[in-house]
Formats: sequence, structure tokens, C-alpha cells
Amino acid sequence: MKNMDIVKVIDVTKCTACRGCQVACKQWNEQQATRTHNWGSYQNPPDLQSNTWTLIRFQEYVDKDGTFKWLFRKDGCMHCTDAACVKVCPSGALYYTEFGTVGVHRDRCIGCKACVTACPFGIPRHDVRTDKCYKCDLCYTRLLGDQKPACVLSCPTGALTIGDRATMLKKAYARVAELGGDANVYGDKFVGGTHVIYVLGEKPGVYDELPEHPKMPATVLWWKNFFKPFTLIGIGGVAGAAALHYLIKGPHEVKENKEGGE
Amino acid sequence: MTNHYIDLKNSDVILIMGSNAAEHHPLAFKWILRAKEKNGARIIHVDPRYTRTSARCDYHVPLRSGTDIAFLGGMINYIISNEKHFHDYVVNYTNASFLVNPDFSFDNGLFSGYDAEKRKYSKDTWTFQMDASGIPLKDPTLTDPRCVFQLMKQHYSRYTLDKVSSITGVSKENLTRVYAEYSATGVPDKAGTECYALGWTQHTVGVQNIRSMAIIQLLLGNMGIAGGGINALRGEPNVQGSTDHCILYGNLPGYLKMPLASLDTLEKYLEKCTPKCKDPQSANYYINYPNFYVSWLKALYGETATPETEFGYQWSPKLDDGKAYSQLHLFDRMYEGKIKGLFAYGTDPAVSSPNSLKTRKALEKLDFLVCANIFDNETSSFWFGPGVDPKQVKTECFLLPAAATMEKEGSQSNSGRWVQWKYKAADPPEDAISCGDIQIRLMDAIKALYAKEGGPNAESILNLKWDYKDRDGNMDVLKVAKQINGHWTADVEIDDKGVKKQFKKGDLVPTFGMLKADGTTACGNWIMSGSFGADGENKMAKRGKDDPTGLGLYPNWSFAWPVNRRIIYNRASCDVNGKPYNPKRKLLEWTGDKWVGDVPDGPWPPMADKEKGKYPFIMKADGVGSLFGPAMADGPFPEHYEPLEGPLTKNPLSGQLNNPAIEIFKADVDQVANASEKFPYVCTTYSCTEHWCSGALTRWQLWLLEMQPELYVEIGEALAKEKGIKNGQKVKVSSARGEVKCVAMVTKRFVPFTVEGQTVHQVGLPFNYGWLFPEDGGDSTNFLTPSVGDANTFCPEFKAFMVNVSKVQERTL
Repeated sequence: MKNMDIVKVIDVTKCTACRGCQVACKQWNEQQATRTHNWGSYQNPPDLQSNTWTLIRFQEYVDKDGTFKWLFRKDGCMHCTDAACVKVCPSGALYYTEFGTVGVHRDRCIGCKACVTACPFGIPRHDVRTDKCYKCDLCYTRLLGDQKPACVLSCPTGALTIGDRATMLKKAYARVAELGGDANVYGDKFVGGTHVIYVLGEKPGVYDELPEHPKMPATVLWWKNFFKPFTLIGIGGVAGAAALHYLIKGPHEVKENKEGGE
Repeated sequence: MTNHYIDLKNSDVILIMGSNAAEHHPLAFKWILRAKEKNGARIIHVDPRYTRTSARCDYHVPLRSGTDIAFLGGMINYIISNEKHFHDYVVNYTNASFLVNPDFSFDNGLFSGYDAEKRKYSKDTWTFQMDASGIPLKDPTLTDPRCVFQLMKQHYSRYTLDKVSSITGVSKENLTRVYAEYSATGVPDKAGTECYALGWTQHTVGVQNIRSMAIIQLLLGNMGIAGGGINALRGEPNVQGSTDHCILYGNLPGYLKMPLASLDTLEKYLEKCTPKCKDPQSANYYINYPNFYVSWLKALYGETATPETEFGYQWSPKLDDGKAYSQLHLFDRMYEGKIKGLFAYGTDPAVSSPNSLKTRKALEKLDFLVCANIFDNETSSFWFGPGVDPKQVKTECFLLPAAATMEKEGSQSNSGRWVQWKYKAADPPEDAISCGDIQIRLMDAIKALYAKEGGPNAESILNLKWDYKDRDGNMDVLKVAKQINGHWTADVEIDDKGVKKQFKKGDLVPTFGMLKADGTTACGNWIMSGSFGADGENKMAKRGKDDPTGLGLYPNWSFAWPVNRRIIYNRASCDVNGKPYNPKRKLLEWTGDKWVGDVPDGPWPPMADKEKGKYPFIMKADGVGSLFGPAMADGPFPEHYEPLEGPLTKNPLSGQLNNPAIEIFKADVDQVANASEKFPYVCTTYSCTEHWCSGALTRWQLWLLEMQPELYVEIGEALAKEKGIKNGQKVKVSSARGEVKCVAMVTKRFVPFTVEGQTVHQVGLPFNYGWLFPEDGGDSTNFLTPSVGDANTFCPEFKAFMVNVSKVQERTL
């Protein structure tokens, strides 16, 4: 996989929600478990957390024909080509890797939570204990070693696959053609194309927590065009971060980490 | 499995019924999805609850728990009425044409020979009419009113769509849809398979659930073919391996039978256990029973097993006639105070056995309890469990630290009968040792005590061959495995298909066909014979990836019993001349002098050769598949009976409400409430992907616990609304035997059934939780379940009983 523009495909129509990926992610990334409670759903932890970078969302859904469906969607970082989080990150903690994915230099993270607010998919999570932000890095170190990400390796049904962009997109479109109906490819048409692509059985709007038209927030664009050049000429990350924080804290509600500290 | 996991990909229609395959066999499920992707196979899920399996099937059909025989009986009726059966197969390869004893009858839910007092059948009339030479009389036209086919047709004609729909709660549209799609496999070039698991076995009619499907598979010609068969998905706790090695009380290794006390000589025992058949075309392979059994005794007692000592037959334990020794009986007698000590290895009956109150009270009556596990559990710590005063418990408890599976070398058998060798990955922590080592040390000590002090039946202990140690005094797992495979106990020369072969004393036996009843061979488990080559090669460790048939048999990957046969009864995949019914999935073919493909079920020519040819079902005395199955305790044809506890006061099909051949336990805690207003909802229990069995291992794994943290009850939206229960609320589920508190999971995945014109709600709970850990995770679901089991196996009825659900005020979450 070295020096490849990679894409991971999540084919939700093949997912059995066994959650091997959810555990494998925690195992490889050495993330602790949270003491959860059953809240009336299989989906647990209830949301992504600073220590839960991927999560299977369970959703009971009745389609327009009255047919009941139980939808499973593996949620996690989409690894945008044009990534809001990278744009807003004042400290260089978030960056583009040679695979086109969004990596994390955790030591550089200053806990400003700009990425948390900027992400159109609502992915990064802040941990109050470490005052840093966390998200999936698509197992960057594994990719470097020519290994599949832990989630892909654990998947028994072929719902998770990874490869070079052109091949994976071709496969995704072929699968959608085979499925027919409302099946669609999600991810290649916005934010410069994501490096995690879904094959969805239903229209995107059907799925919980999945934006139909994800785009970079206007504040981020403003930041990018107006403030970021100043940082480049030496104003410095801290001042920039403070400015950004001020700009986006108002119009957006920051997601606090609800579970991490329990 | 008659077939194996990879073979699921060869199927055209996969019926998943009595199984939640995607959740409990997530790795195996990929082969089911493969069938869908590669063959366009239809995947049908019939289950009370919509599960993660249903989500990946073409469609889900909800059915009331405990009504599978009604559903399948309706399918048998559909197949016969619409002539969907595979005629050639049925005539040649089943007992459809056999004429049944004129005195055999079925009336109002009872077969002939029933003794109501004993709750047992005499099977005297469940026999065939014989000709003068002792061969069953047959009518190949299948029109004689006394032939099996006609009796079966008559029996299942009562299972009309209306009747079945009313019993099962399945709509007539759904019934017809499944019946039509599945019975379309009754043609030579289509294969249908069935995957079941505990959803079929854990009923008072468990074995007959499976028998019903076996009948369907025989009618459709789906047995013995690639992509067909009856496939028990087992897996997780090495169930296949443990049954192969006789975990069931009535079995010896390799499914040989435990001797009964009344069979007081070896000769009588062998006479009783060796099936007879006068038909020269039937291989009746179990004619070799004495070879297998005497070799087993030789393995058990070594040098002391001689013709003079009846090979130790008198020393080996016997069952009292007419008595059963299942786990239900064990705890029933323990509750009565009749059992002094219990060894519980790798098991947590305080959580996993039915009627937890009875189980836990029973443990208090023991003098001693020895547990061996990798973690403490609710059984080893029962003496300080909820409501137990340790001062009042006399039982002395021991917990021996055991090695985990990855901390020891050995074999594991998957459902497809593949016995795969695995190696030790790490040393066990601290002073933990393998259960095998615990046994070795224990038996050494017992033998020493017997040698010193003597005792009852001392020969049984003193003569036991017990030399399975390495130089360091630890268990030598290869020595055990080789003993299981079998070896010669003397130098011999044998005639192997015309070739003279010499073997030395101690050489490994390469196949069970060479085992002898004269004491020249010893074999710990005949079906495992051939797991080593004569040259000492451990075939279980083979990892060849070649696939000559293209069907995924992988003959050089591990060892599959018997004799590396990957699909059993495989000669039935060919017509009577040995030509494959389906040339596209050619499992086996007779080339005029030999079979080519999978390891055939015996070397004989196909049955059209009237001189040397044999019928395909070689393990059956008559050589054919049993549509009429007189070996069952509860009838030669499966019949629908209601669960011990159900919503109905009357069986809509007969005057017999429950299975007439089940044993009823009568301890004071064995309360039953059928069709009671106090307990109006059907309940079932199950596992979840995230936990394993009682959860005794997985609850300590915090990543798994994070995903499934505590006990829950799944309730349909309609019932939740009726009871005012909100999603995530704490509720109490109660039965005539006990109650548990848990979280309500209100879901669209349980829908109410219409049964006999009434609305019947069903709920379900996982059985993965216990009080010990996590602290607030809830206790065993088995406080609710009844101590009652299948009429043949005593497998408990965990899958269908009655409960109530109510809100609890305090929220202790």
C-alpha cells in the first residue's frame, strides 16, 4: 500500500454488525473500554468517544414500502481529501499522510477543539483528561508496514476492504449497480473525495448522523482564506487558534466528551 | 454438520431456522454471503425475532417459539401434495417404499405403544414388514397405503396452511413463499441447505425439529450433495469435539453406546449394539461395532484387557436400565441431596443450567465442589451469591486455575468435523495448568490411593491405562492424540484390498477399517482413526490449500472424520449408476472401477450393481435414509406438540398438548404455568455476538462488556405500549420459577403473533449475565427457565416458556 492513494470501502450491505472492527480498533490502538450501560440499544458506546474511534450504529428503519430494515453503519473518520480538520488545526497535529488520509501527531495537539467543531461528519472527540482530540488515523503505522488497518483485517464478511482509489471506486460502483434500488456510493463527490467511501443500501438521508450534503463549514473557509496566511507568515499557531476558537465557538455547539471520564 | 462451513457457498437456497448464524457464527456466515454473491442464492431466516442474521437475509419470517415442527410439517405436506419431491432419490435412497407393521398407528397425537404411566413408548409396532429372508417389504410405486410414503403423506395432510398459520403465527403468504422457494431445490441441479443451532435443539421436541428437516432434505434429494445437508452450526465451545468425545452421558467416544447394567456380558452388549441387516446390498457399516468397541476397551485398559477379562467389560461403568443421567437429572438428584461431589470444568451451571434457583440450591447440598476455570464464576462462588448465607453452606469449594485455550496445544473440531491441530501460543499464568494436566495429576493420586487402600470396583481404576505423561511429568498431548487414533497391540500381517501389509506392535492404525475385536488393536475413538498416518504424520496439522474439485473440500487441510470425508452420505449425490445428479457440482463420480472426488462413503460400486453394489446410507442398517425413524423416543414421524409452557390450553392438532415422552421433574421448585394469566408472554433466550455462553469468560473482557454491558429484554413496540414500558427503562421479567431485573429494549424486531385467533406477544433475553461481574450487570436469565428437556437428549427447553414483564420503580442503573 506504500505511496498509494488509498480508499477504504465500507459496504454496509455486507455488514453483520458483529463489531469485530470496533474491538479490533480498540485493541490495536490500545484504547480503554468505558463502563457503559444498556440504554435500549445494541449501539454501545452510544456515540464516538475519545477512546472509541469507530462505532457501529444500529438503526431500526421502515422503508417507504413498509419493509422493516435493521441498518448497520460503521461510523468513523472519513479521511477527506479537502479536510476541514486539517485546515483548522493550528498546531499541525492533523495532517495529510502520503496515503491521502488524515493523520494525527498527538504530541502536537493543543486541545483547542477546532477540529471537533469544523468536521462536517462530527468525528473528532476531545478528552478532558489529556486535553487532546482523538480520531481514527486509518492505522497509519499499519499502512506504513504494508498492513491492512485493524478494522479491515477483522472484518469476516468483506464489508470492509481497502486498496487504491481507482480500483476501490470501480468496485464500489459495480456493487451499487448489482444492488440496484436506492443503493449508492457515498463519499467520492464532496470535500475533494473522502478516503473512506460507503456503499449504502439506502439513500444517505436515511442514516442516523450521516450528513446528506457534507461540506466544509463557512467559518473554516473564512479561516482558510483570511487567517491562515497570517499563521504562515509567523503570527503563530496559538494566536490563530484563539482567533478560530472565537470564530466558531459561537455559531456551533461543541460536542463535549460525555463518556470518557466516567 | 453433514457438510462443512465452506460448502455453504455451494448452495442455491439456504434456510436459516433455529439459528442466528450471523451473530453466533460471524466467520462462518461469510460462506452464506458467498453463496448469495456467487450463486445468487436465496437466504431465508425463520426466527421468532428479527436479528442481525435477518438483516443480511433476503427476508425474515417471524414464527412463534416452539412451533417449528408445525412449520416444517406444513412444508412436508406442501412438498408431497405438490409433488415437489425428487422421485428417484426418494424411491432409491430412503425408506419411503418400505411397508410398515400393520399394527403401527397414530391417533390423536399418540403413536401406537404408548404407556401413559411411564410416559414412554414401546416401539414394538414401529417396525417394517419383512419378507421370508428378513428383508423389508417394499413398494417402489409408493402407492401401498402401508408404505412409509403414504403413511407420511397421511400424517402431514393434517398440517394445512390454515392450521400451520394458526399455530405458528406465520402468515399463509409467508408460509407459501418459504415452502415454494425451498422445495424448488427438489431437482437434480439445485441444492438447498439448512443451518440450525440451539434454536432447534433446546426444546422438548428438539430432536424432532431436526428430524423434520432431515425428512425434507431426503424428500428433496438434498442429503449427501454439495451445498446440501443438515448443518448444525456449533463452533464456539468446541461442541463438535466434545460430542465426538462423548460429553453426552449415553455415549462413549465416537458415539458408541454406554453399556447398560442388564447387559452383563460383553457378548450380550455387542449382540445388542451391533445392528443386523439381511439385505446383501446394505453395507450396514455398524456391523463393525465390535471392532470399534473392543478397541476402545483395549485403549482403556491396555495389557489387562484380554479375551479372558472380556477386555475389561466388567470393569467399565454401566448405566442403570431405564435411567437417564443428563445435566437435568444431575441437578435434580443433587437438589434431592443424593449427590455428594461435583467437578465443574470450564462450565458455569449456576448461570447456564435451567431453573437457576434449583441449580444454586442444589449446589448447597454438595459436600464438595471442584471447579477448574480461567476465571472465578457464579458456580465456584455460589456460596456467597445473592441470597446465600455462607455460614449455612456446608459445601467445600475448590477453584483450580486452568490454562486458557491458547495456552495449550491440542485439537479443536469445527462443525464440519474438521479436527484442526493448534499450538500453544503462551504459557499459562502463575500456577494455572491445562485441564488435561489436572486430570492426569488427579488420576495419579486416585490410582495411588486405590493401590494403597483398595476400594469399590478397584480394577476399573487400577487397570486403567494411564501413561500419557512426558519426561517432565506433564500431559503429553501427542501421546493422548495417538491413543485416540489407535495402534496395533501386536505384530500383524493384514490383507488390505488384496495387498499384504505388515504392522508392528505400536504402529499407528491408519484407518478404522483395520480395527479388530480380537484385542490386536487399541483405539480411543474409532471415528478419529486416521487422524495420524501409519508413518506418524499428524494429519490434523495439515494445512494444504489445494482444492481439486473446486467445491472447497480442501482435502489436505486438517483431518475430517470419518476418514477425511468432507461430505457424508456423498454417494447419494450420484444416481444408482454412480453418475452425479448435478454435473456442475460434481462431488463424486463412479468411473467404472472406482469413485473419484471426495472420499466416498465406502468403496463399493453404486447400487445398480446388484452383486457388489451398496446403498448410499452406509451407517443405517437398511442402507437408506430414514423418513420413518423408529429410533426416536417420541415417534417415528415428528409431530407438533406445544412447549411445556405455552400460551395455549389445547394443541390445535391433537388431544396431546405436550410431547408425551418427555420426563416431568417434580421438585418443589419445578413450577410450571401453562396458559396462565400471570405469565401471558412467550419468552425465549439466546446469546449475543459479544458474549460467549454464560459470559463467564467474556464479561471480564472490558471491550466486549462495553458493547453489551448488562442484561436486557427485547420487547416489541406493541407490548411495550400496552405495558407503558419505555426504551431503556428498568423492568422485571418473571416466570413461575423466578425473576430477573433488566433493561427494556423496545424494538420493532419483535412483532406480536396471531395464534388461534389470539394476539400473542413474545419477548427474549440473552443468557450471558451473572451476578459476579459486572456488579450491576444483572443475574442469570435461567431463573426463568424450566427444568425440562427433549424426550431423546434432555437438552433443556431454553427456547420457549412463559413470562410476565412489568416496570420496576427504582432505577438502579
